[in-house]
Amino acid sequence: MEMVSVRNLKKTYGDVTAVDGISFDIRRGEIFGLLGPNGAGKTSTINMIIGLSRPTGGDIAVNGIDVKKQTKKAQALMGIVPDESNLYNEMDGFDNLCFCAALYGMRKDEREPRARELLEQFRLTEAGKRPFKAYSKGMRRKLTIAAALIHSPKILFLDEPTTGIDVESSRQIRDMIVGLKHQGTTILLTTHYIEEAERICDRIAFLANGQIVASGTVPELMERVTHGHAIRFVTGENAERLAPELQTRFEGSEVMIGADHSLVMETENRQSLLPVMQFFHEKGIDVYEAKELHPSLEDAFVELTGIESSVMKEEKEKGGRR
Amino acid sequence: MRSWIAFWNILKKDVKNYYLKPPNISWGIIFPLSWTLMQLIRSPGGSILELLPGLISMSVLFGTTSMLAVTITFERSGRSFERLLLAPISLNTLVLAKISGTVLFGLFNAFVPVFFASFFVDLKGMVWGVAFFAVLMIAITSSLMGLLIAVSAEQVFEAQTFSNFFRFPMLFLCGLFVPIAKLPVFLRPVSYCLPLTYGADILKGMINATNTLSPVLSFAILLIFTVLLFLVCRSNINRKWIL
Ligand SMILES: Nc1ncnc2c1ncn2[C@@H]1O[C@H](COP(=O)(O)OP(=O)(O)OP(=O)(O)O)[C@@H](O)[C@H]1O
Ligand SMILES: [Mg+2]
Repeated sequence: MEMVSVRNLKKTYGDVTAVDGISFDIRRGEIFGLLGPNGAGKTSTINMIIGLSRPTGGDIAVNGIDVKKQTKKAQALMGIVPDESNLYNEMDGFDNLCFCAALYGMRKDEREPRARELLEQFRLTEAGKRPFKAYSKGMRRKLTIAAALIHSPKILFLDEPTTGIDVESSRQIRDMIVGLKHQGTTILLTTHYIEEAERICDRIAFLANGQIVASGTVPELMERVTHGHAIRFVTGENAERLAPELQTRFEGSEVMIGADHSLVMETENRQSLLPVMQFFHEKGIDVYEAKELHPSLEDAFVELTGIESSVMKEEKEKGGRR
Repeated sequence: MRSWIAFWNILKKDVKNYYLKPPNISWGIIFPLSWTLMQLIRSPGGSILELLPGLISMSVLFGTTSMLAVTITFERSGRSFERLLLAPISLNTLVLAKISGTVLFGLFNAFVPVFFASFFVDLKGMVWGVAFFAVLMIAITSSLMGLLIAVSAEQVFEAQTFSNFFRFPMLFLCGLFVPIAKLPVFLRPVSYCLPLTYGADILKGMINATNTLSPVLSFAILLIFTVLLFLVCRSNINRKWIL
C-alpha cells in the first residue's frame, strides 16, 4: 500500500481553480517533490491532504486511511511544516516543542527528552531557552521542522522548507530531510527550486495551473525531453561562419550557435569526436573544449510545463511569498 | 488519555501566556474595581448588595467575551491556531480547552467585586454555592459567545469591535440596570434571548432575593444556551476554518 494516494483531487475557490483534478502516489520511504511556480496549487494540495482544507472533489488516503472520513486518525501519522513558521512567539523553543508534543498526546516524561534531543539535532540547544520571537528566520524554520518531528511522524509534509532561508541553513535543512528519509520517514515537499527538487527528491511532479504536467524520477523526466545528443565546441576564433558547412558535412546533424559564439552540434546518435576535430583542423581552427551537453531538469521543466525557468528564478529572488 | 494531555496543556499554555500576563491580571482587577467605585459614587446611598449582582455579571461578561475572541483571532492571524486544528484531537476537546482558560479568568473577574464588597457589607447570608454556579454558567456562555465572535472576525480589532457590539446591548437588556418589566415592550423578547438575563437573575435571587424567575428555570435555560452555543461554535469552526 502506498503511503499517500491522491485521486482526481480538485479544489476551487469561487471561480479560481487552485487544484484541477490531480492524481499521484507517494511510496513508503521516498521523498516526493511537488515542483511548481507561485500559484500552481502546491499549498492547496498539501492543505487538502493534511485535512486543513476540504477537497471540492477527489479522494485522499494516507497509510490507507481515508482523510476525508477519518481526518484525526490520519493526522496522528503526519508531521506538518507549513509555508510560514507558525510557533508561539511568546514561548521559548523548548516549551514550544513540548507543547506540540502534548497536542499529540505525549506524556511529560516522553516529550521533554524528545524535545531536548531535537534541539540538539537542530543545533538549537542554546536557542531553546529564548522566546521564538527572538529567532532568526532560519532558526524559526528549523524549530518549526523540529516541532513537526516531535511525535516521530510516519509522513512529513514540508511546504517550501527552504524558501527565504540562507544558503547554509537551506543546506542543513536539505541534509536533515535526506537523513529523515534514511530513517524511514516518507516525505512530501513542495518547492519552486528546480535544483532542490533534483538534488533530494526521489520522484517529482511538475505542477502548473493546478495540474500535474509530468511526474517521475529525475532520469524519467529527462528522458521525456532528451531527443538526441549534443556537443558544445569552444573554439579559438569566431567559428560561427562554419556552422552551415559543419552541418552539411555531418549528415543528420543540426548545428547551432551558442551564446558565447560556441558551436553546439546536435545529432541523433552519439557522434565520435575525431572526425569533427579533423574538420576544424582542416579549417585551421583551434578547439579548446568539446563537451557533451546533458539536458538539465530545468530544460525538462521548461519544455514540459511551458513555463520559462526564469519565472521560477525570479520568484526565488523575491523569496516566493505571496 | 491522549486528549486529556492535549486539553490540559492547551489550558495551561493559555493561562500562562494570556491570562496570567500582568496587563490582563490588572485589567481583571481594575475593571471590576472601577465599576464598583463608579456605582458607589453615582448612588452613595445605594446598597452595595443591590449593585453586586450587576457588578459580578458585568465583570464576568467583560472578562470573558473579548478575551477569548481576541486571543483566538490573535493565534489565527499568527497561524499558530492551525496547529490545534491539525492535532489529532477532536473539535470538542479543542473548544473545551480553549474556553476553559477564559472561564477560569471570568471566575477570577467575578471574585473581585465580591472581595471588595466584603469590606463594606456582611456577605454571610448569601447562597454562595448557587451564586458560584450562576457565575460559572455566565462565564461559559459568554466565553462561547467570544468563540462565536472569533469565528467571524479576521483581525484582532474586528474581534474587539464585534465583542462590544454584543456586550453593551446585553448589559442594558439583561435586566440589571433597568428591570425587564420597564423596558419597551418590543425589547422584552430580546432580553429573554440573552443568557446573561438568566445568569443575572439567579445572582439577584441569591444575593438579595430580587429575582423574577425561578432559579431552577434559569439554570435549565442557561444549560440549553450552553449546549446550543457549543454546537453552533463547533459547526461554525468546521465550516469556516476548515476551508
Ligand atoms: N483561500 C483561498 N481563497 C481564494 N483563492 C485561493 C485561496 N488559497 C489559494 N487560492 C488560489 O489558488 C491558487 C493556488 O494557490 P496555492 O497557494 O495553492 O499555490 P502555491 O503553489 O502554493 O503557490 P506559492 O508558491 O505562492 O505558495 C492561487 O491562484 C491562489 O490565489
Ligand atoms: Mg504555497
